[in-house]
Amino acid sequence: MNPLWIVQTTAVLRLELRKTFFSKRGFWIYLLALAPVVLMTGHSLIQMNRHRPCDFGQDTNIFATIFQIFFIRLGVFFGCVGIFMNLFRGEVLDKSLHYYFLAPIRREVLLAGKFLAGLLATVVIFVTSTVLQIFGMYLHHGWGVVSDYMASGNGAAHFTAYLGVTVLACIGYGSVFLAAGVMFRNPLIPAGVILVWESINSFLPAVLQKLSVIYYLKSLCPIQIDPHAGEFFSLLSINVDPMPAYIAVPGLILLAIAVLFLASFQVRKMEINYATE
Amino acid sequence: MPANDRVLFENVSKFYGDVLGVNRVNLSIPPGITSLVGPNGSGKTTLMNLMSGLIRPTRGRITVLGIRTDQPDELFRYLGYCTQFDSFPKGFTGYQFVYSYLRLYGCAHGEAEELTWKAIERVGMVEAARRKIAGYSKGMRQRIKLAQSTCHGPSVLVLDEPLNGLDPLVRAETIALFRTLAEDGMHIIISSHILHEVDAISDQVILLSNGYVVAEGKIQGVRSEMQDHPMQILIRCNRPQDLAAKVFEQDSVVEAQIHKDGLGLLVKTRDANRFYLMLNHIAQNGVSIESVAPADDDVNSVYEYLIGSEEASK
Repeated sequence: MNPLWIVQTTAVLRLELRKTFFSKRGFWIYLLALAPVVLMTGHSLIQMNRHRPCDFGQDTNIFATIFQIFFIRLGVFFGCVGIFMNLFRGEVLDKSLHYYFLAPIRREVLLAGKFLAGLLATVVIFVTSTVLQIFGMYLHHGWGVVSDYMASGNGAAHFTAYLGVTVLACIGYGSVFLAAGVMFRNPLIPAGVILVWESINSFLPAVLQKLSVIYYLKSLCPIQIDPHAGEFFSLLSINVDPMPAYIAVPGLILLAIAVLFLASFQVRKMEINYATE
Repeated sequence: MPANDRVLFENVSKFYGDVLGVNRVNLSIPPGITSLVGPNGSGKTTLMNLMSGLIRPTRGRITVLGIRTDQPDELFRYLGYCTQFDSFPKGFTGYQFVYSYLRLYGCAHGEAEELTWKAIERVGMVEAARRKIAGYSKGMRQRIKLAQSTCHGPSVLVLDEPLNGLDPLVRAETIALFRTLAEDGMHIIISSHILHEVDAISDQVILLSNGYVVAEGKIQGVRSEMQDHPMQILIRCNRPQDLAAKVFEQDSVVEAQIHKDGLGLLVKTRDANRFYLMLNHIAQNGVSIESVAPADDDVNSVYEYLIGSEEASK
């Protein structure tokens, strides 16, 4: 027999997944995840049409740049805004949050269930996108080259690292936007502030850098952005004091737990007053 | 089991910023059917939201059967609340709506399924249970909310305007259901603006005006304490003129009016008990009295006397 909180967390998870995966409101998130896949597959198809594949190393660098600058910083970022901020805020707007608040469930358990539902949804969407992006990027090199790279080169390690960074980005940004959705009525303001905070991370003092999600993710990306990609991109991705994975992974998870802990205080104080929304 | 059988408000106030919700409310609500009566904005829904923990008091303390309202995991084992919000999670059928929330209570699949059908059957929604709530009529939405709030067998049931949108037949069935539940020892706290219905079903009433409790208790008790409004008593008899002449012998009688059909007398008196004693003497002296009944000890009259004049003076 499972403890009650596990049964209740599972019930919240089941309810939320229904809403998160099949809502028309979240359709744009699928498009956001699909956009880099289309870009990279398109690149491969063009190269295949020209019958001359690019340099493999060059493709690896292009992938690293798109992954760090666009996919993580914009795709996963805004995907998490759309999913996690709506977990509470969306229900306030739909005037249905009170059904949860009228059940014999601790608000912390509700928060945990909603977070796990958001996490599962974003991980499924964005990890699938990452896998498809990688295969899309290297498609024109042929199966032999790719399987060699995976089996004997750094391919498997890079592949695992990219998937891991995607999952950690969902955990980090998810916790931040869940908390923001609980604390703010208008999600655009905190989303904008967090976007700026994450963008200027490279210019912040070392202590403040550790208070952002991107700091940990940059440390975990397997390939640093090629300086030839442009001064602006290099500046965004620079990491003067990169953390080893064994600190960066627990560091990011601890940051997420701390943010969720703060959000749980806010959820416990939350009142239902739809008239003022 | 809860240690206490009361819903207690101890000096409770709630302000929404500068706006008053309710102020200095002290209540001890016993089991039975209790109605909250008052005009729009008087604080009925605020009081209900407070007792279910959906909002927190600015001051004071509330307990339901001894449980604090900031302990939802404990409170909602005993409390069910059918709110006035006419909104539902998107895409749910009636069955899914009740079932999903029973799973939140911690029920296993089989138990949740059984309780869901019982609750749905109780409100007469079996045939529509598999249809999407979005296609329900107002009355059906009201009934499925009622099923959801009662599905776990609460000891305290809070109902905000539960009869809104129900047709007369379902209305009568729902009132009968409330009666049965109250007879089983349940607290039923209802807000309604349909006063004759409140009058028919309530064991006690709480009258609210502008965020203040203006009266509470059994309706006859509240009425008898209103000294500035003489009690009205309707006496059906064969000789109302003779009766009128006799009742004025008592100085507490302030007015007597012969009924339109000529077979009754409406008397206003400041001392109903003395008047009833006098009626016994009159009856023994030749006037044939068919029936005696108070004419204004119902919720409607009390509401009119206590709140109606206040509303009218605005």
